[in-house]
Amino acid sequence: MPKTIEEINEKIKNGSVVVLTAEEIISYTEENGIKKTARDIDVVTTATFGAMCSSGAILNFGHSDPPIKMTKVWLNDVPAYAGLAAVDTYIGGTELSEVEGMNYGGAYVIEDLIAGKNIKLRAIGYGTDCYPRKEINTFINKNSINEAYLFNPRNAYQNYSVATNSSDKTIYTYMGKLLPHFGNATYSCAGQLSPLINDPYYRTIGIGTRVFLGGGIGYVVWNGTQHNPEVERLPNGVPVDGAGTLALIGNLKQMTTRFIKAATFPGYGVTMFVGIGIPIPVIDEEMVEYLKVKDEDVYTNIYDYSVQRRNRPIFGKVNYKELRSGTITINKKEVPTGSLSSYPKAIEIASILKHWIKNGNFLLTQPVVNLPTEGFTKPLNIVNEEEINGY
Amino acid sequence: MATEKLILNFPQDVVKKPVVYHIAKDFDLEFNILRAEITPEFEGKMVLEIKGKKEKIERCKEYLQNEGVKVSEASREIILDKNLCVDCGLCVSLCFVKAFYNKESTYEIDFDKNKCILCGICLNACPVNAIKAKV
Repeated sequence: MPKTIEEINEKIKNGSVVVLTAEEIISYTEENGIKKTARDIDVVTTATFGAMCSSGAILNFGHSDPPIKMTKVWLNDVPAYAGLAAVDTYIGGTELSEVEGMNYGGAYVIEDLIAGKNIKLRAIGYGTDCYPRKEINTFINKNSINEAYLFNPRNAYQNYSVATNSSDKTIYTYMGKLLPHFGNATYSCAGQLSPLINDPYYRTIGIGTRVFLGGGIGYVVWNGTQHNPEVERLPNGVPVDGAGTLALIGNLKQMTTRFIKAATFPGYGVTMFVGIGIPIPVIDEEMVEYLKVKDEDVYTNIYDYSVQRRNRPIFGKVNYKELRSGTITINKKEVPTGSLSSYPKAIEIASILKHWIKNGNFLLTQPVVNLPTEGFTKPLNIVNEEEINGY
Repeated sequence: MATEKLILNFPQDVVKKPVVYHIAKDFDLEFNILRAEITPEFEGKMVLEIKGKKEKIERCKEYLQNEGVKVSEASREIILDKNLCVDCGLCVSLCFVKAFYNKESTYEIDFDKNKCILCGICLNACPVNAIKAKV
């Protein structure tokens, strides 16, 4: 018998809900079979904690007296986008400090805000009759600021590449430091714990889905940018490359630096580790078929990041059990592997979300609109105006 | 018995001398070469762990200096700051002696100082700056 979200929410409210993490469901299904698991288990919690560059925060500072229409904004010397209403701004995670370069940036401002630290705000404007002030230098923090919420245009990639380096020099990438001659390989997906790996066709995760974001409550507001659902998939539905993505929103004031962490990949720049947890309702037996997915069922492509082109050469496929074993074989060479997403943090998030649900503090949501299962990411072509009309 | 980690720098003219052989033969010291490399300028660098009687280690250091080898104690140490670490695992892929490793059941990152050969590849890599060289 299929279960509705309403029925599961009733169980959450009366305390009878049965929740497992995406790791626990694997052995449960192996022992009890699909049918019994679908009957017994109501919710499975998935999670990921990885570097997600397309993250940032929308801030509204409130108005000064006299007020200013801010046209350029700096937070701790990091530029923020101000082409919005007078005191609205967007601080992007990867923006670099004008003073400290890669050692500080947008993600650090966000982490410092969450930590409750004071942030230096400088803004300039051209002055209007309604906004006469032309410059402001002041301080803000989490308590003083009018509004602050994370708005991340692309998070929680459904699978991602493995990166390696065939060249004869060390390269510094968003996949970390890659040593020459296949000296190492890095990957960045939580595998069996990852949200969209457990709901590969977006049956339960869609616009409006309530999630754990950075330690607080957040929501899926759209598909993420570069949502690319039509990539090659295995019979279990799992895509073998980056596929679906999520745009997420959440109240920054609820978050904790345990689950939002600024980072710098030397030679690449600033990014942000984002902790995300998504509950998946066990609505029917088909859902259990997806939720039982384990690391050895999730494959991904190995790419050569030393080739500085949009399309990089592929060295074959590998699964997450092999990746997690510490070495994989590329071109007959044993290559040490390392994860960029934190499995221990993902486990921690899945467990926290499980307890929120069991304790009645987190209700599930029916998506308002499902995420697209068709469509692909378009490239940017370098063309003249005549050629663009042909697209 | 004492154990010391030494960093030896061999200028170009000393590179060809079999000094390590004499460490064992003349001073009765046990040695373990943790790392050895010749730079593009044909200078040699070696990280050596030596074990033996304290006074023989001291005499050995004198001998090396007389031969023109620059000897410094490996006071540099690699430190993993667990307060900053987010347990990703980039360092694990960079560490070929497996001083950085994932704990078996939890995948948490740990660092075994005794395995570290001070190669420094892990420096300038950690995204949350949790790996530092302590001088």
